[in-house]
Amino acid sequence: MANIMIRKTAEGGLSFYLPKRDLEDGIVSIEFDQADKWGGELRLANGGTYYVDPLDAPPKLPISLRAKRVDAPE
Amino acid sequence: MTTLTREETESLIQEVLEVYPEKARKDRAKHLAVNDQSIEQSKKCITSNRKSQPGVMTIRGCAYAGSRGVVWGPVKDMIHISHGPVGCGQYSRGGRRNYYVGATGVNTFSEINFTSDFQEKDIVFGGDKKLAKLIQEIEQLFPLNKGISVQSECPIGLIGDDIEAVSKKAGKELNKIVVPVRCEGFRGVSQSLGHHIANDAIRDWVLSNRDGQEFESTPYDVTIIGDYNIGGDAWASRIFLEEMGLRVIAQWSGDGTVAEMENTPKAKLNLLHCYRSMNYISRHMEEKYGIPWMEYNFFGPTKIEESLRRIAAFFDDSIKEGAERVIARYKPMMEAVIAKYKPRLQGKKVMLYVGGLRPRHVIGAYEDLGMEVVGTGYEFAHNDDYDRTIKEMGNATLLYDDVTGFELEEFVKRVKPDLVGSGIKEKYIFQKMGIPFRQMHSWDYSGPYHGYDGFAIFARDMDMTLNNPCWGQQTPPWKKGAAAGDEVKAAA
Repeated sequence: MANIMIRKTAEGGLSFYLPKRDLEDGIVSIEFDQADKWGGELRLANGGTYYVDPLDAPPKLPISLRAKRVDAPE
Repeated sequence: MTTLTREETESLIQEVLEVYPEKARKDRAKHLAVNDQSIEQSKKCITSNRKSQPGVMTIRGCAYAGSRGVVWGPVKDMIHISHGPVGCGQYSRGGRRNYYVGATGVNTFSEINFTSDFQEKDIVFGGDKKLAKLIQEIEQLFPLNKGISVQSECPIGLIGDDIEAVSKKAGKELNKIVVPVRCEGFRGVSQSLGHHIANDAIRDWVLSNRDGQEFESTPYDVTIIGDYNIGGDAWASRIFLEEMGLRVIAQWSGDGTVAEMENTPKAKLNLLHCYRSMNYISRHMEEKYGIPWMEYNFFGPTKIEESLRRIAAFFDDSIKEGAERVIARYKPMMEAVIAKYKPRLQGKKVMLYVGGLRPRHVIGAYEDLGMEVVGTGYEFAHNDDYDRTIKEMGNATLLYDDVTGFELEEFVKRVKPDLVGSGIKEKYIFQKMGIPFRQMHSWDYSGPYHGYDGFAIFARDMDMTLNNPCWGQQTPPWKKGAAAGDEVKAAA
């Protein structure tokens, strides 16, 4: 489990930031993005996947969350 | 001066790599790349932020350098104790020429070296008592200091001193901020982690100190973050931000104060100059205080105009008009600068190897002068820096990450740029090779280079270096051919 931060980019997409490893990357897809459920598996542009526990509603960004690494390219 | 094609550049990299043993070659190959603008993700072509190879000559610094030298050092009304042996502090005080206003030794302290000067007994018995005593002495001798930061050098982490406890206790006694910074030099692969640690210390110990206090704010409050005021850079930027109607309530850390740092969360927009060293704190403020941040580039009129319009887009029409007014006002001045220097510099090629933001940010300024950057690289960048760089650089140009002394020399020999911009350690090597050189870490004792005023100085400096008559005197008279000798006689 690691702390991550998700923020909105100027272009409107989501960006993923893992301070511990100084890893910054765009989020390509997010598993749940509905009015009552937000989170799940995050697929990154570098090919990695992280999992955050789904929230009850889309949060106000940026937000710090705990994430589990499912699959990372390195 | 030669222009290399993609194949030639690739073969150049292979040639340079040949001298290494196989393992080192494999590793170094990942750090060298030929730029391809079509690539979106830098990590497909270049690896960065990895440990340097043992045995090569790297130009990187350490975490302590990143925290003491870069981020904390320029905060002028604080005293930064280099906690540990004496050398680290001596080599990191004021060397970057972070200009500031104030009476040094009275209410500003940036250029003075404060150190606990560790001896053998401190390593054996611990240095906490010494640190506590040192803080008391500082308070007696320099009562106008606004705070103290304890910058750990390597031994502190190795012997496990509890600088946090000492700082907390001293902070209570003095009723001032005393910030312990765990920036031991062995942490991380380069100074980059030092920036991160320093940012975290600012977040934990300084930033929230004035939360809930009243502040007379205006809708146009901005801050300049990550401008270290090298040669007066931040002043050159601030002057026209204020001219366009914004109110700069804080600038860090060049010419910065504790009060400004504490007031930063009251801003409406954080303007981030050095992304690599201060993005951490900007992200934190975005999350905690909801302050948006943007990275700007004040090198060269083209980029300044772009940045000013992007900054103005965050505000109402009066600022947008202000931005246009500023752009229009400086345009004739910039045109005059370009008219003067462009003919003398047109078509010249530059290779850069610096740190932080310059390898990509100054490209625009060189282009404004008709020059071309044919190779660039960072000492301590991460992937996201290269993501941004790829778009700025031309196709088939060289990218090198954490380049070694040998590689940089070989690249320069083959690419034959007209100008090299790098640090002091490279300066005399290249000058002896007969290549004009600018020390681009602290502007070769010149500056400012930021902003409109800075561009005029930048252009003058580049011309002064490139067109200096000394480069034509590299061959001594006795080695010149007979034909040249005749010319000399004829002239005489």
